Amino acid sequence: MSEQSAAGADGSGRPSGRLLEVDDLRVEFRTRDGVAKVINGVTYHVDAGETLAVLGESGSGKSVTAQTIMGILDTPPGFVTGGEVRFHGKDMLKQSAEQRRRIRGEGIAMIFQDSLSALNPVFTVGFQIAEQFRIRRGLSRSDAKKRAIEMLDQVKIPNAKGRFSNYPHQFSGGMRQRAMIAMSIALDPEVLIADEPTTALDVTVQAQIMDLLGELQRERQMGMILITHDLGVVADVADRIAVMYAGRIVEEANVYDLYRKPAHPYTLGLLNSIPRMDEKGQELRTIKGLPPNLMNIPPGCAFNPRCPMAQPVCRETVPPLLQLGHGRASACHFAEELVNRD
Amino acid sequence: MTENIIEVRDLVKHYPVTQGVVFKKTIGHVKAVDGVSFDLKAGETLGVVGESGCGKSTLARVLMNLEKPTAGQVLYKGQDISKLSGGALRRLRRQIQLVMQDPYTSLNPRMTVGDLIGEPFEIHPEVAPRASRRNKVKELLDLVGLNPEHINRYPHQFSGGQRQRIGIARALALRPEVIVCDEPVSALDVSIQAQVMNLLEKLQAELGLSYVFIAHDLSVVRHLSDRVAVMYLGKMVEVGTEDEIYERPTHPYTQALLSAVPVPDPTVRESKAIIRLQGDVPSPVSPPSGCRFRTRCWKAQDVCAQEVPLLEIRPGSDHPSACHFAEKREIVVTHEVA
Repeated sequence: MSEQSAAGADGSGRPSGRLLEVDDLRVEFRTRDGVAKVINGVTYHVDAGETLAVLGESGSGKSVTAQTIMGILDTPPGFVTGGEVRFHGKDMLKQSAEQRRRIRGEGIAMIFQDSLSALNPVFTVGFQIAEQFRIRRGLSRSDAKKRAIEMLDQVKIPNAKGRFSNYPHQFSGGMRQRAMIAMSIALDPEVLIADEPTTALDVTVQAQIMDLLGELQRERQMGMILITHDLGVVADVADRIAVMYAGRIVEEANVYDLYRKPAHPYTLGLLNSIPRMDEKGQELRTIKGLPPNLMNIPPGCAFNPRCPMAQPVCRETVPPLLQLGHGRASACHFAEELVNRD
Repeated sequence: MTENIIEVRDLVKHYPVTQGVVFKKTIGHVKAVDGVSFDLKAGETLGVVGESGCGKSTLARVLMNLEKPTAGQVLYKGQDISKLSGGALRRLRRQIQLVMQDPYTSLNPRMTVGDLIGEPFEIHPEVAPRASRRNKVKELLDLVGLNPEHINRYPHQFSGGQRQRIGIARALALRPEVIVCDEPVSALDVSIQAQVMNLLEKLQAELGLSYVFIAHDLSVVRHLSDRVAVMYLGKMVEVGTEDEIYERPTHPYTQALLSAVPVPDPTVRESKAIIRLQGDVPSPVSPPSGCRFRTRCWKAQDVCAQEVPLLEIRPGSDHPSACHFAEKREIVVTHEVA
């Protein structure tokens, strides 16, 4: 265990400094067809032991934010044009490649959605986990193998010893995702970013994986950023939620407040469009229209063309992300009215 | 009593597993669908749910007559569809159409929307004379909520939800009676998914369609279906009305599946009891003897390994369930407690 993670793991001893903070981050993709403004000022943070869910639909910028935090953004076409990503108060975007490399794995680790393409098909699963112990911890081959088998055991892969020398294609989808989790937590990270970790899995397997993640997080007091579009999964595991739309956070709240009384019309629309098991036969309430083209985001509030509450001011002024108290924030000109209705 | 438009009887579809390059030797069979029977009534929606590998997409392919069944029958208005050929088969194909899952790969990128939706008329020219086809396509675009002016655009100029509408328009072109929807909304975002589901419901009401609605998302299936069939490893384990399956499930697999659905309400976190299934689905090449679910079932007894449980109505229940120990279980929370 590194000194860094030992300090982060005691949890309570960090009253002021945030573990990981994203501050007014801006990212654009410069393509042949034009410049797509993918992230337009995203601000969020995660502390030790808490789960922040970043909720959004495809193209909302939730994965690109995560890639920027990890330093795996494809450049070109992606360029960071502003903002900071602070880990233990230090802006990682200003650090050298070598410094950032040291944070990856030990400081911040990531789980990807598609475990089949995230794992290397020509190496055994065991080798890919053990490699980290050899290179980052300087363990011998046999010690590294021992540790890797322990990791496989921790993520509840049956017969871990026998499975060590299997290739990724010999694992089922759920097992591969477990192996990915083993790999990401091997160096005991303080922050774990899980990018749609269960989207490709069946419901019963999804439940197993989310359980496992929750358990590991509690044991290790990791800060977790769960990126997802699934409002059901979020309700089950998140402490706080940040809702993204067109590259901005449009609402932030704790999980109970958000589901009880959303403070942004987009969140409200999303919640309304889930088919509820107890509201059968009624027409689903939809959000009309489509998400904006990121090369041509409408002026004012990006959601205004789809918003049922839109007023002239929404087409002119970009609503700032305003604090509403109790850790709530909303980027809507009419947030107060939304929260105070009935 | 409404008539049955499709009757499926003891349907079996096995795929051979071969070894060797020159001298192919069959070393086993993937038992994708293994003895499935059900009826589809005119104007109803039958939901088929199950996890990956349970055979629901193979079922769709056999229903479409894209695959010949290994055994058993699919009867369309009493006619065995696998016995049809030539003109009779072509006439049948007009009546059963398919909406596919992935709107990105199921549309030919080199064809315009007008050509894509008009293509069925080329194959079935008797439906619409050539001169009226363009207008027919425009009508269809309008019907599925797309702008008829966009008839000359290509698929890449549309979003995922719009492409799925194109797929639906194409399935509707020949005025079929039955539409098989194979995971039609699972590739779409939540807000767009709701739009497409509303469209499917509207079309059913307007055109009197029957749907076989295949999906893995249980809340989507519940929203659209009149009756639901639950599949596991090539067999149907439970069948009933939407209410019977979701409120009073008796098969342990259905119960586990329902309990694992994440509920979009944080306040039920504590009251929710998820039934944890152990392990993975066994291989369909060598499914377990007796009940196929017994390797993961918490109720399994010796009898489960020896006797295949039939899909029948069991004492204390009102709908067919393929479990020797079928019983109601109260703790399954499937929706918010009001």
